[in-house]
Amino acid sequence: MAWRNVWRNRRRTLVILTAVVIGVWSMICVGALSRGIADQMVQNGIATLTGHLQIHRRGFRSDPVVENSMTDPAAVLARLPGLLPPGSRWSVRVRVNAVAANARHSGGVTLVGVDPAREAQVSFIGGGVTTGAFLPPDVPWAIVVGRALAEQFDTRPGRKLVLMSQDTEREIASRAFRIIGVFDAEMAATEKQFVFVNLAQARVMLKLGGGASEVAIVLPDPQLVDTVAHRLRTALASERCEVHTWQELLPLVTAILKMYDVFIFLWFLVVFVAMSFGIVNTTLMAVFERIREFGLLRALGMKPSGIVASVLTESLMLLALGSGLGNALGLASVLALSERGIDLSAMAAGLEFAGMGRVIIPRVVTLDLALANGVVLVLGAVVSVYPALKAARFTPVEALSHT
Amino acid sequence: MLIDLKIAWRNLWRNPRRSLLTLAAIAFASVLLVFMLSWQLGSYDTMINASVRIQTGHLQVQAAGYEEKKEIWRVVEDPSQVAAVLEDTAGVAAYTFRASAFSLVSSRERTYGVLVRGLDPGRETAVSSVAQTVRAGRFLSAGDATGAVVGALLARNLKVGLGDELVVMGQARDGSIAAAVLNVVGIFSSGQDDLDRGVLQMPLQTFQEAFAMDGAVHAVVVRCDDLGTVASVQAAVAGALGAAGADRELAVLDWMALMPGLVQSIQLDLVSGVIFYLILVVVVAFSILNTFLMAVFERTREFGVFMALGTSPARLVRMLMLESAVMTLTGILVGIFLGVLLTAYFQRHGIVIPGAAELLAQYGLPARMHPKLSWLSVCLGPLVVMVLTLLTALYPALRVRRLKPVAAMRAV
Repeated sequence: MAWRNVWRNRRRTLVILTAVVIGVWSMICVGALSRGIADQMVQNGIATLTGHLQIHRRGFRSDPVVENSMTDPAAVLARLPGLLPPGSRWSVRVRVNAVAANARHSGGVTLVGVDPAREAQVSFIGGGVTTGAFLPPDVPWAIVVGRALAEQFDTRPGRKLVLMSQDTEREIASRAFRIIGVFDAEMAATEKQFVFVNLAQARVMLKLGGGASEVAIVLPDPQLVDTVAHRLRTALASERCEVHTWQELLPLVTAILKMYDVFIFLWFLVVFVAMSFGIVNTTLMAVFERIREFGLLRALGMKPSGIVASVLTESLMLLALGSGLGNALGLASVLALSERGIDLSAMAAGLEFAGMGRVIIPRVVTLDLALANGVVLVLGAVVSVYPALKAARFTPVEALSHT
Repeated sequence: MLIDLKIAWRNLWRNPRRSLLTLAAIAFASVLLVFMLSWQLGSYDTMINASVRIQTGHLQVQAAGYEEKKEIWRVVEDPSQVAAVLEDTAGVAAYTFRASAFSLVSSRERTYGVLVRGLDPGRETAVSSVAQTVRAGRFLSAGDATGAVVGALLARNLKVGLGDELVVMGQARDGSIAAAVLNVVGIFSSGQDDLDRGVLQMPLQTFQEAFAMDGAVHAVVVRCDDLGTVASVQAAVAGALGAAGADRELAVLDWMALMPGLVQSIQLDLVSGVIFYLILVVVVAFSILNTFLMAVFERTREFGVFMALGTSPARLVRMLMLESAVMTLTGILVGIFLGVLLTAYFQRHGIVIPGAAELLAQYGLPARMHPKLSWLSVCLGPLVVMVLTLLTALYPALRVRRLKPVAAMRAV
């Protein structure tokens, strides 16, 4: 019966339906886009030498200098296979601040010493080296630099670059490397910041012995971060090391993610309020047109609660139909967009300033979907209570005499 | 016309509940847009001003090419010539000289590579807010020859406090080794990690001696009277330098050229904001379209009578549009009033977004944000609402033209 009532006035129903559909569509698209932007930020952060988890010597994070390196990472590494879920990958790194210089230029960089085969599986550098090679094992004192740095230093593969940094004995260690490869990264800042050398050679240069700054771990499933972190903390408590999750290592990204949560919810509310005026008005009109009908129903013995229920059913049916269509349309647009993503490279400098990636691939999060539909249906029912009560309040006599 | 207006106004209140709901929808959209636009534009202002004050100034005169490649030998050879031009240019509030070089800075225990800036202590305070970010000790003063002000994170990394000695070592302009011994007189904290971790400020004169600058600087930084005059000052300075024959080797850059990331991120934010607002307004428009439709269809008989009495369809359309316009205008005026009230309150008291303080600080923004009312932010949103609402009202109003008097009078 409610279904038929909904279609009594087709135009009116279609109009309000359109409002609901556009509203729900925008909720889903905005939600998916924001999640896509957030995903990019997180992925970027994790790939830019963060990983899902990092192990350091205790105290390194608050004072990240070479003296505070892990002295015996091998002991930790030996225990990792038993502690990490299958499919996890890890890389041991030396990471220190350094000064890079050639004949005409000098600048601050982060010197990263890695095992190229392992590092390639953990961070962006795996697919990042576009010119030359990523530290082949037989070439000593080779270095890979970012494209932006190479441009800034007017240099190219084959040329020399001198690195200076403080070693474990607090002396300035200085060493010439030959550029063997150039990498590209999502952000110019990354290309300017990092230079990669072989782990063994970084250890020699800095007199580190078998030491390392950090162990970065990438898990097969990001959801496992907290469980694995807990397991590592308990198991490695005796090793004088500390374990951090990417959420702790990237506080700004974490803060932005929280802001996005709030923003998405606010947008849902705002769009809902905009729709609700129409929902209330349309339901009210439908009710007032049918005063006589309601009077008759009451006169025939229907309880006021029955009338409230029937008006609410109609309005809910309308909302459900609207949000159903909105969901379908929203999901379809997201699907269409996610095929290639939205390329915003033209605004690269602005994106970098805001910490965003260049290509946004929208992603639908089930929770957002549930929230959007929940807001529309639950709050929609709540605002429909007013016209429903109005309908129930007519006395039969009054209503029947109404023309 | 006056009669029409009166009729329109009365028609509006035939069904007060419905009209009030529609008014509320229009007002809601207007309030939201006034507030949000004031918020956005206000935050851009804060952002630009903060960045300009702490970093770039409104304008900089540099050697051509220095902005792209900050190499020590790309210098403004004769800063006094630029100063003479600036002295004669209207709209210049203050100017200062800066030089900078990437160098190794060592304390007793540690060594870091940092950006060393030479500042003119007397002039710098008139141009930038770096002096206000000093949290411990004091800023450089005119008498200092060996003072250094370092970022808080850098001080922590170097393990130095006030009074401690630092050695600066780098490459001088002529390729020789530059060295200076400084004492920490102040520690600054701007909230932006990049600055706090990687910048050391020292007196310009000491810098020039150590780095063999021979009196040259890297940038003449200008603060204009306000943001609006930047373009004209830029043109005037560039023109005067050209007349002096110095336009080949010198470039006059405004803050937009100096901070392209800031400008683009503002554009990005503005564009996404506009998309959101349009979606919102469209939802509101559909949400109230029914009211307009009903207002026409329940009065089919009435219109039939009007037409039978000789009212032209065009006049009926006009009357209906007038009704809609009166409704929309009322809603918008209410919305603007409430929106201005709301915004003015927050403009006075500011808004603190919980948990965002550190995030905002990275962009040089204070934790307490203030929306800012302006003619643009107050009028733009409601104007869009009005246009879209009136477009919406056009559809039912035009339907009236299709009515045939006789059939219309028979309609229920």
